[in-house]
Amino acid sequence: MEIYLPIAEVSVDLLVLLALGAFVGFLSGVFGVGGGFLLTPFLIFVGIPPAVAVASSANQLVGTSVSGVIAHWRRGNVDFKMGAVLLAGGFLGSLLGVWVFGLLRRIGQIELFINLCYIILLGSLGVLMLVESVNTFLRRRTAAPRRKLHQHTWVHGLPLKLRFRRSKLYISAFLPLGLGFFIGILSAVMGVGGGFIMVPAMIYVLGMPTLVVPGTSLFQIIFVAAAVTVLQAVGNRTVDILLTVVLLVGAVFGAQFGTRWATKLRGEQLRGLLAILVIAVAVKLAADLTVPPLDVYSTAVVE
Amino acid sequence: MSRLLAALVLLLCAAAPAQGQPLVADLSSHLIGITTSFTGTSVVLFGAVDGPGDVVAVVRGPTRDVVVRRKSRVGPIWINTRQVTFKDVPGYYAVVASRPIEEAVPPPVRSLHQIGLSELSLTADRERSYTEEFRAALVRSEAEAGLFLEKVGSIDFLGDRLFRATLVFPANVPTGTYSVEIFLLRNGEVVSAQTTPLVVSKIGMDARLFDFADRQALAYGLVAVLIAVMAGWLASLPFRSA
Repeated sequence: MEIYLPIAEVSVDLLVLLALGAFVGFLSGVFGVGGGFLLTPFLIFVGIPPAVAVASSANQLVGTSVSGVIAHWRRGNVDFKMGAVLLAGGFLGSLLGVWVFGLLRRIGQIELFINLCYIILLGSLGVLMLVESVNTFLRRRTAAPRRKLHQHTWVHGLPLKLRFRRSKLYISAFLPLGLGFFIGILSAVMGVGGGFIMVPAMIYVLGMPTLVVPGTSLFQIIFVAAAVTVLQAVGNRTVDILLTVVLLVGAVFGAQFGTRWATKLRGEQLRGLLAILVIAVAVKLAADLTVPPLDVYSTAVVE
Repeated sequence: MSRLLAALVLLLCAAAPAQGQPLVADLSSHLIGITTSFTGTSVVLFGAVDGPGDVVAVVRGPTRDVVVRRKSRVGPIWINTRQVTFKDVPGYYAVVASRPIEEAVPPPVRSLHQIGLSELSLTADRERSYTEEFRAALVRSEAEAGLFLEKVGSIDFLGDRLFRATLVFPANVPTGTYSVEIFLLRNGEVVSAQTTPLVVSKIGMDARLFDFADRQALAYGLVAVLIAVMAGWLASLPFRSA
């Protein structure tokens, strides 16, 4: 069944959109990543103009994230204090990021830069996570002695220490602020919520317990995605509400099932799966850049 | 269909005695309304001529500028290295004819009226030798999207006075004002021509949404966020007990 989207100005199969929404929603429920890095390329693949795909993905992220946060919050797995500190850093970072984006676009080759960013970040993150989760898995099998809760390093000497009860952490506020700032830059430049970087960073950089990570990440994504939606609607008129609603119908249910499924998995299994997903996306992007394209020509309407 | 037939009959009566007008043509509708369930449509072009001859019609969509980029290999990766911008590219282009245009229309006439995809004039920002392959790529891409119709459609004659043809528009037709130029040719010369407009426009809910997004962008953005928040909250309700 085809549906005509008023802003995208194309007809797309309704069932394809619903299935796509459900799949991305499921991922977001399981891992606490928004799924924007998967949704946007898929939408472009089914024929939606890239600008509309990016903006409408951000809009639907708001919905899936709200749904996901509620589900995690009921289980007490959201660290609102940590989320707020990350968000403050993220806000400052995205302001800088928007400026960097404009600069890169003036120089040209913004797409290439974005793709290379993705490949380097996702590739290295994915490999690190996979190695770690496989190690943990093997150690558990051989019943090795328990490690300390976390190692103390130089970052624990930083001032302005805050207590994050849910995360069972007592660390400097500069750590989550800095992380949020860095991810804010990336989300503005790469046009995504940043969950796929945020989640591993929360686990490995901040040392948060895996269980509270998805909910806290989603909490932060709500605000980032909402800001992006409004900015896109005002600046580019590329948010397609109809597309968003159709995606959301699939996604919100997918997210609920994802959240339930996630609680059945152990931490290192969850991290291993996320690692595989992240590596798969990096490999796909790298392949897109290096495999000879089917058509070396591409066309775009000049705005 | 019956209305169309009635129109055709009327035309026949009107056209026969009108010696001054060798060609009379019209469309079954001058408005294509795009709604949520729009999956493409067709419009019937019909008319009458005062004697034997060839009828050719050219349909063009609203123009816009299109940039064509070419990737090439730099080290291990493929990146966009060259680009050409084409001015005033029609968003839709189709030809229908009562006979193959190679037979009915001599090359100078085809070139003058831009009849046939190969005659479509596309002005670029670079010299012609450089843009040739880019032009081909643009035509190929538009043809794949169903917006440039490579195959010349047929105009059918009913008797030797009345003609009709079906103009096909895919789901992704750009909105705006189209023009349908109809030519009557005898011995390779245009003896009569007529141009009639066709408007493709969003109607109903789609039009209202589009206007809202366009005129009150900030409010639209906020509503979009609100809808998403509501949808997320609503969806979590059935799972509350779990």
